[in-house]
Amino acid sequence: MNTDVVVIGGGAAGMEAAGRIAQAGYSVSVLEKKSETGGNLVNWYQLFPDRKDSREVLGYLNNVVRNEKLKMLTSTSVKSVDRQKGVYRIKTSSGEIIDTEAIVVATGFDLFKSERKEEYGYGIYENVYSSADLEKMFRAAEVKLKNGTLPQKIGMVHCVGSRDEKSGNIYCSKLCCVTAVKQAIELREMLPASKVFCFYMDMRMGGAHYEELYLEAQEKHSVNFIRGKVSEVGEAHNGKLIVKVEDTLAGRPLRMELDMLVLMAGMEMSGGGKEISELLDLDTGDNRFFKSTDNHFGSNMSNSEGVFYAGTCIAPMSIPETISHARAAAVDVIQYLKSAK
Amino acid sequence: MNKFGYSVAQPRVIDYESNDRSLSEYLNALEPSFRRCIECGGCSATCTAAAYTSFSLRELHVLIRRGESRKIQSALKKCMLCGKCTLVCPRGVNTRNVITLARNFKVSLNNAV
Amino acid sequence: MMKNEGKKRIWSDYQKEIADDHFFYVRSCIRQSFFPGSEQFFLNLMRKVLGKDVYEDPAHTTCTGIGYHSDIVPAATIMTVVARHFALMKEAGYKNLAVSCVTSFGLYTEILETWKHFPAELEKTREYLFKATGREFDIPENVAHTSDIVYSFRDQIAAKAKIKLVNSITGEPLKIVEHIGCHYSKMFPKSGIGGAEFPHVLSGMIDAWGGEVIDYPERRHCCGFGFRQYLVQANRGYSLSNTVKKFNSMKPYKPDMILANCPGCTMFMDKWQYTAKELEGITFGEKGESIPVLTYEELAGLVLGMNPWDLGLQYHMVQSEPLLRKLGVEINASDKYKTKDGKQMPVPQNLINV
Repeated sequence: MNTDVVVIGGGAAGMEAAGRIAQAGYSVSVLEKKSETGGNLVNWYQLFPDRKDSREVLGYLNNVVRNEKLKMLTSTSVKSVDRQKGVYRIKTSSGEIIDTEAIVVATGFDLFKSERKEEYGYGIYENVYSSADLEKMFRAAEVKLKNGTLPQKIGMVHCVGSRDEKSGNIYCSKLCCVTAVKQAIELREMLPASKVFCFYMDMRMGGAHYEELYLEAQEKHSVNFIRGKVSEVGEAHNGKLIVKVEDTLAGRPLRMELDMLVLMAGMEMSGGGKEISELLDLDTGDNRFFKSTDNHFGSNMSNSEGVFYAGTCIAPMSIPETISHARAAAVDVIQYLKSAK
Repeated sequence: MNKFGYSVAQPRVIDYESNDRSLSEYLNALEPSFRRCIECGGCSATCTAAAYTSFSLRELHVLIRRGESRKIQSALKKCMLCGKCTLVCPRGVNTRNVITLARNFKVSLNNAV
Repeated sequence: MMKNEGKKRIWSDYQKEIADDHFFYVRSCIRQSFFPGSEQFFLNLMRKVLGKDVYEDPAHTTCTGIGYHSDIVPAATIMTVVARHFALMKEAGYKNLAVSCVTSFGLYTEILETWKHFPAELEKTREYLFKATGREFDIPENVAHTSDIVYSFRDQIAAKAKIKLVNSITGEPLKIVEHIGCHYSKMFPKSGIGGAEFPHVLSGMIDAWGGEVIDYPERRHCCGFGFRQYLVQANRGYSLSNTVKKFNSMKPYKPDMILANCPGCTMFMDKWQYTAKELEGITFGEKGESIPVLTYEELAGLVLGMNPWDLGLQYHMVQSEPLLRKLGVEINASDKYKTKDGKQMPVPQNLINV
């Protein structure tokens, strides 16, 4: 099969980029290794900063990819890639051979596996959850402890797998802070009798409307913010979780009992992205994400001719950033195809 | 009596469970802007009292939030109520009212005892 | 409630290689005084019960770890002393080091790691040792703490067990607190079985021998010993307070005993219970009793049916009688302080749990 562009990854970035390229009249095939499109977005309930239901964004993306020039190949991954005379020949897991002029890498991110932070006891202590687990509970409209009761005191641990040399990730995932704030508000709305505590190192509220959400969490929802990195989680004799943290603004250690702990898992280069980086011989950075040719004006460009990046495969990004970045990738690809002809 | 020349010390941990946070709740209710503080320290930087005493409204805010009430009582007396902290606060906390309310709360506590 | 699957996953990430035979054994400075049966029983266990080859060199000295941690011995000196131990091992034809002390084990690990990253330090150490003693050394092929070794043979010990860690009156598993010396794996989690957050080295023995491991909030807290902190009398309250913090945290779980793998921890968790009782009148066991603190060799010995007095349990501050009664171990009180020739020794005063 011949196509103008192959997009690897059918998440938000891949869908947006593919849709825009198809709209410009080029043929596109999207290879998504999972059986459904949408990537990490399908695991989320509401999105910051305005609490839009993720299904609305998925609806938009599904609309974008509805184009006769666009082929969506789900449950399909890349087996091998060769390049001859400017044409990439991709063999897929289903045995198909696709010849294409350009490739958009949109392999996204993997959520940091919370069990790697052993001291937080994820997978060991009941009622320690990840931010993604909590989204599932929100979607099911049921936030409960393992014993079926409602949590009264809930802690949110920021920077799990981010800004942490011990996890091998010194970078900031930049969206976990606002996710914590959003989830804290959702918890307070769902469980008005509960108390919610965010344990943070710095509140990184850099995106549009994030700081406003933080203020709303404090003022309207009485969410408590305690500056300090949780260093240890244990279980008290009464079955509650015990966290050890320094209240760095009081300059003293703090001990608190909680019913539930939510770990704000960071974003990492995806496993699929790693495979693609080897198959296509693409450069990666110290943070293991794909490395663009220039941080200022070439963030969609790779070290291989005809290979472009879209979305979180190069760095943590929010949904609006991902969509904008994917659109920019589409512009670069279209320009590339035009100049090749 | 200390027969060994040393003794068991009290831990300096803030024990959130055993602390009394009624003052924090009182301020949250009567001066909701109290909740908006982000511990920037702008108030303490410009504070008349902080120039010559260890008074820090920022620190006081944390201690009230955590229910560390012992330190709060004497600290509150140092404020001169000049209002500079209110002027500089980036989050619009009515710091002057926080102090006044906290002082009153202390009085009512004492009266109760 | 804790889920064991999560812990098993962590344990599988931290499995280190432990040699099976032919060990060069290095003793601890203090264990022979405070837990005199432990090291002797380790040798008996290895040689007589398991049929292994363990070599001891009388020229082996302290590693100087206590001095090093008290800022008295400089790093270059301790490296040279450790290098001398490696030289003794080389001369005796051994490649597997079995370390009795957790402080020493931590230092061996730290020094080997230092030499890996700073080869110039290794070369300097070779030079110092050669100039001072004319000796040369090789890096050991395998370094294990003796609790690692007992852990690796725990199932064989269980197969030969005469008793299980079960309360013979109630039939319930004994509730056991495990305490790991900080220097066992906190500096280098990969050097400890099970890592640093959920170490398996002692809990694995407790599981294998029929007991129940207690997880309490201050499980990972240091015993409070420190080094220089304890040496100055006026500072000892700092050390004691940390121990009291740990004991207060474990008390609600009503532990039947504490199992430790570090000489300092075993000593302080044992002796500070006496001090806390004397100073503040506080005890941490049931019915006003104190909690016996055992070494893993002593516990292995009890499991294998050894006489508690041959294991040296009577030389602890906290006496083990409550534990021995629960285990259903028959003891002869009149033999408690007899020499091996049957002569009566002086009986210590102010022991607790008698």
